[in-house]
Amino acid sequence: MNTQSASTTRVPIYPRSVKGNFRRFKNTILVIAYLVYYGLPWLPWERAVGPDRAVLFDIVGRKFYFFGLVVQPQQIFWLAGLLMIAALLLFFVTGVAGRVFCGYFCFQTLWSDLFFKIEHWVQGERPARIRLARQAWNAEKIRKIGLTWLLWFLVAFWTAITFTLYWGDATDLLRRFFTGDAPSAMYITVIVLTFTTFTMAGLAREQVCTHMCPYSRFQAAMFDKDTKLVAYDTRRGEGVKGRAKMKKGLKTADERHEAGIGDCIDCGYCVQVCPTGIDIRNGLQISCIHCGLCIDACNNIMDSLGWERGLIRYSSETEDEGGKVKIFKLKSVGYALSIIAVTAVLVWSISHKAELETAITQTRQPLYVVLSDGSILNSYEIKLANQTTEARHYAITMRGLDDATLDTGGFDHVALKPLKTLRLMVKVKRPDRSGNDKKVDDFEFVVHDDDQGKDVAVIPARFYSP
Amino acid sequence: MSNADNRSSKGPETTGHVWDGDLQEYNNPVPAWWTWAFYGTIIFALIYWLLYPTWPIGKSFTKGMFNEITFVNGKGEEVTTHWNMRALFLKEMQTGEQAVKQKEYLEKISQSSHAEIMQDPDKMAFVNSMAKVLFADNCGPCHGKGANGVIGLYPNLRDDDWLWGGTIEEIEHTIKNGRNGYMPSFAGVFPKEKLESVAAYVLSLSGIGGEDKAKVEEGKRIFNGEEGGCYYCHGKDGKGMKSQGSANLTDKVWTIANVPGAATYEEKLAEVEKVIVDGVSREMPAWKGRLSDDTIKLLTVYIHQLGGGQ
Repeated sequence: MNTQSASTTRVPIYPRSVKGNFRRFKNTILVIAYLVYYGLPWLPWERAVGPDRAVLFDIVGRKFYFFGLVVQPQQIFWLAGLLMIAALLLFFVTGVAGRVFCGYFCFQTLWSDLFFKIEHWVQGERPARIRLARQAWNAEKIRKIGLTWLLWFLVAFWTAITFTLYWGDATDLLRRFFTGDAPSAMYITVIVLTFTTFTMAGLAREQVCTHMCPYSRFQAAMFDKDTKLVAYDTRRGEGVKGRAKMKKGLKTADERHEAGIGDCIDCGYCVQVCPTGIDIRNGLQISCIHCGLCIDACNNIMDSLGWERGLIRYSSETEDEGGKVKIFKLKSVGYALSIIAVTAVLVWSISHKAELETAITQTRQPLYVVLSDGSILNSYEIKLANQTTEARHYAITMRGLDDATLDTGGFDHVALKPLKTLRLMVKVKRPDRSGNDKKVDDFEFVVHDDDQGKDVAVIPARFYSP
Repeated sequence: MSNADNRSSKGPETTGHVWDGDLQEYNNPVPAWWTWAFYGTIIFALIYWLLYPTWPIGKSFTKGMFNEITFVNGKGEEVTTHWNMRALFLKEMQTGEQAVKQKEYLEKISQSSHAEIMQDPDKMAFVNSMAKVLFADNCGPCHGKGANGVIGLYPNLRDDDWLWGGTIEEIEHTIKNGRNGYMPSFAGVFPKEKLESVAAYVLSLSGIGGEDKAKVEEGKRIFNGEEGGCYYCHGKDGKGMKSQGSANLTDKVWTIANVPGAATYEEKLAEVEKVIVDGVSREMPAWKGRLSDDTIKLLTVYIHQLGGGQ
């Protein structure tokens, strides 16, 4: 374990670029993730009512448009489902293959990676960057650092702008932003997110993972003996007498094995490529985000030496001890089943979304009114929310009270536009009930869809008598 | 005696001071980011002082710059002031997104007749939400937030018994011009027995008691005769007169005498007698001029549909 103290001055990290399978994989994810993030607010979408964007979170209108789906606040529990799936998926993947999220999908990793690429493009490879950092401030340094920071700033700014575009019509918001006509929330969000993106991805980088992110602190609790982790093969690398550089008498594999020296030639490539600046050969450590770049680095060296790959590789404790990894065990299967269960419930809930949402509030002040002929009146406020994207006609009736009459204030049949909500005051009247001991009677309101010719909602209610 | 340099090279860093030969202090400076964050708050405060009202100077204060607020005051004049929450609120209420929406609806209400409003579920929904608040603010103090009134003091507006009439026109007239509900006191006019007879007759009108036929008959005679003269206002049939705001005594609704709340017949009698002796003097204030025509329109429709609008 790296017991680096929090007060230790940070050693700047200048990761060397590397080629290989993991780098290619990371690049692919990078491209897809950025295409999705930066592109989604602009994706057009045709729908009967609502905006012509595929994804739009309309806070004021309280509607979340997501491709063919329109989510309203009543369905907030879908979010709980999504969060549960995300959490379970994280636990599952982490149990099976370590910090996959950290290494490949976390936005901190993705944005840091992009910022590294910019830095590399402007300032050159690792030695050039170290030299630049060490040299005194001159025209070259100002120009190169300045350009890097400018590009970082532009990326951070566009990242922030893009985030805000999800909350309104992208074209309109962007125009309003630059004409000074946008809501202050947009300006504040853009300033805050530009600042945080710039600092976190450009300046803080690996410190976010080691000092700020809680996930790195509890990740170890999710690992077990079968978890695949990026690990250095100590037995092979160190041999009996440890690692050694390539020097006279220790150049071939045979020579080294004879001398009891391991396969690690101590070239330091794995350390140089590491975005968090650690030495994987020290074993499992909190700072390791398991991005696999050291695997790429080491494999390149092994290939050039003509030795077998995999001195650093994804392996588990069980494998290291010569055992076979168990994938199907209580933990992983349990998580997998939970994910399937939650997903099934969520999919069912979304596909069975009610066409009409209803709610009822009884007037409680007063609960009942005695009318001049002695009859009793109860009032209710009924809320009807048309969840479909078509205009609908509804009729409200009641059942369960034989002697009661319903007064909808003339709105026996109401038309409701797509995705619109209507509140109706309705009154229920029953003849003089003196001499009747029953103070509360249950009954139901029935909402009939005139267009489809079927009952779409039954609303339970209560009638109170003196 | 120990050597300070030796100790610090082994353990944590110290401030380098040594007291009493071996007493030292660890050096634990706050992290750099913390220091910078602290400087940040100072810079924030400086900018804040510049932009917003902050420092008191005698009876005045610094007003802040670059963020004046323009709004229309109560007299319809456009006012520009330094930044303050009150002005911000007024501006928001005049030009805010929701305020503009509310204005649109108010405009619709203003241009619709009562009947048109009552036929449009959308407008009625607006009436129900807006007038509910208006009612609670302006009418609630007497009639109660739920409009159920207080028996003996303020009429229940949810029932269908209207002293001054329950049509849209009558309700609007009541709100605009107010009402004076008056019944003279009959204290000392009748002896106790006659008072009881009148009360018994009044109760019998709505089907309460009436077994003592002779008493009820005597009560009826006083009620409809010059001795009591009750019929002047309540009518010979006891159904009251809207022009006088006199109560209909034949229905089940009691607005002054708490008859439904009295348990026994004797208590009910006492309740009615008390009203006859004390009389009634109630006043509903006029709201014309205090509330806008649109507000009165909203309240009229709201009250009309609450219970027994006619």
